Amino acid sequence: MRRIVYSVPVLVIASFFVFWGIRTTYDPTAKFRASRDSARIIAAKRKELGLDKTIIAQWWTWFTHFLQGNLGVSDRTNDRVWGMLTHAMWPSLQLMFWGTMFALVIAIAVGVYSAVKQYSIGDYAFTGISYIGIAMPTFLFGLLAISLLVTLPVTKFHLTHPYLYSVGLHSSGKSGFNIDYLRHLVLPVLTLTVQSVAVWSRFQRASMLDVLHADYVRTARAKGVPRRKVIFRHAFRNALIPLVTVVALDSAFLIGGLVITEQIFSISGMGQLFLFSLTGGDAPVLLGWFLVVAVFVIVFNLLADLMYGVLDPRIRIS
Amino acid sequence: MTQIDPTGDPETNRILEPPFVPAVAPSDAPPVLSVRGLSVEFPTDDGVVRAVDDLSFDVFPNETLGIVGESGSGKSVTSLAILGLLPKQARVRGEVRFRGDNILGAKENTLRELRGDRIAMIFQDALAALNPVFTVGNQIAESIAVHHDLPKRELEARVVELLDMVGISQPAQRAKQYPHEFSGGMRQRAMIAMSIANDPDVLIADEPTTALDVTIQAQVLDVLERIQTRTRSAIMLITHDLGVVAGVAARVIVMYAGRQAELGTVDEIFYEPKHPYTRGLLASLPRVDRRVVNERLHRIEGQPPSLIFVPSGCAFHPRCPYADLQGLCVSERPPSVELSVGHCSDCHFAATLDERPVRP
Repeated sequence: MRRIVYSVPVLVIASFFVFWGIRTTYDPTAKFRASRDSARIIAAKRKELGLDKTIIAQWWTWFTHFLQGNLGVSDRTNDRVWGMLTHAMWPSLQLMFWGTMFALVIAIAVGVYSAVKQYSIGDYAFTGISYIGIAMPTFLFGLLAISLLVTLPVTKFHLTHPYLYSVGLHSSGKSGFNIDYLRHLVLPVLTLTVQSVAVWSRFQRASMLDVLHADYVRTARAKGVPRRKVIFRHAFRNALIPLVTVVALDSAFLIGGLVITEQIFSISGMGQLFLFSLTGGDAPVLLGWFLVVAVFVIVFNLLADLMYGVLDPRIRIS
Repeated sequence: MTQIDPTGDPETNRILEPPFVPAVAPSDAPPVLSVRGLSVEFPTDDGVVRAVDDLSFDVFPNETLGIVGESGSGKSVTSLAILGLLPKQARVRGEVRFRGDNILGAKENTLRELRGDRIAMIFQDALAALNPVFTVGNQIAESIAVHHDLPKRELEARVVELLDMVGISQPAQRAKQYPHEFSGGMRQRAMIAMSIANDPDVLIADEPTTALDVTIQAQVLDVLERIQTRTRSAIMLITHDLGVVAGVAARVIVMYAGRQAELGTVDEIFYEPKHPYTRGLLASLPRVDRRVVNERLHRIEGQPPSLIFVPSGCAFHPRCPYADLQGLCVSERPPSVELSVGHCSDCHFAATLDERPVRP
């Protein structure tokens, strides 16, 4: 609860820096420079937009509007920014959710396996694969996945529809959670998480190895606890604790992957909105976007804190 | 420490109910644990570490056997070898007979059934040895539940009873707490409760008091002793603290470089030591009662040997003031000489030690 309170000033300060960054790098009056009489038009426009005031005053105006639920309208489309964000948020949240779940399950399974069977063939294989995964840029993996898993089967087996789709999250006219959805989901989720899976599985392996050599694991064995139970009851839960930290820190990293992934798989989510707004110089949308992402990262870290409490009684707040 | 004040605090004397039996081995009973020719080697990058070298000893029912030696003398490795808990790369030879059956190299399942049930272990650092994410009660209950099918209610009652037995007040509430909520002494008590949960025949206590301050040490040893009168377990007390051994053990093995140096009753070891190493150890104990002003503590010259390159002959010869550096001590490993019943010294000159000249 106290953490939630702490995150409010963090958010306010973050919003100021984002505002400052965007205002100093982007000039909304630039498009009038080429017109005749530009000096007068620009000056008028600056007054109209409030750009003649100090940066703090500008930020304050924006911030108070935000508190009233008004994030302004897009410079490009004149749509309301809040509406654009909520619209884009949904597909991204789906990707993030399934991505995190998938990455966690695979990374934990691989990590535990590799630690328990240290130096086995399987361990070496997973080590090799994960290094490839770490070294592979997201965009390259996405494009490779499309050509190998979508294009290749279609041309090879003369399919009318591919097994896995590479565009959007639903076929046109369809929605909801169904086979069609899953067939769309596989590739973007894979692309988004390949690096996370690789890194997290290495991390889980190391932390599991650590724990397997801990004194309390030896105690459990000395009590006569069967090996399986030693691994999954005594070691596993302790090994998860450090992973939570890494996953929480990586949440921001995932958003970077989201920008690339959504672009490759034509998913109109936050990543695409970011790219469009950035290239189109859409300051109000970018501002709102950063705010939403900041909230997301903070929420993710709050969830991580909650997980700590669940996993580790030593840091449970009484 | 051996005496328990019968008029004292009823809280601490509650478990005196069964008649107090002195912890001395009844000579006619067969040993409950019998170690023969135990050797443990670890291959490392620098060479083979011989942690335990041809060690043999017996543990009798209801006795307390002290195993003393400095760090790296093979005490803990011996205890882990008995339970089959050494890492995979360890090469173990010899025999460990529990009630007559060799359990060294036995199937994992056989060992598993013995561990914690018939042979239990108390570890040194209770904070590290208890799992931080489970409650103390939960961990004690587990050591019972692994071996016995008890309904949950009985299990909980037994946990509370055990915590009470080791002198933890408010045992029912304490059972629900986590190890980090316990103090050091309490954790070691909880550890003891866990190890005696199934009334084991042998209790191996590996430096149970090393991490504790002196008053808590005494309390924990006291608990161990009281537990023994109730459960009649044999206790193997591994320690580097001669004071602890003197207070609790009936018989003592002194180890040096993975080998036995001397074996005998506490009195024999402390008052008639027949091995130069034992003598050196005792002489280096600070004495409050015979203090001379500005007296320097006695020390054993040299350093403990590397277990990769153990000195030839007697492992102690480079540091031994009695050694014959031209003869036997360097060339031949000393046999175990039995000087009187149950008093053995692994020294070529054990019988004539007192007459031997001492090197300056």
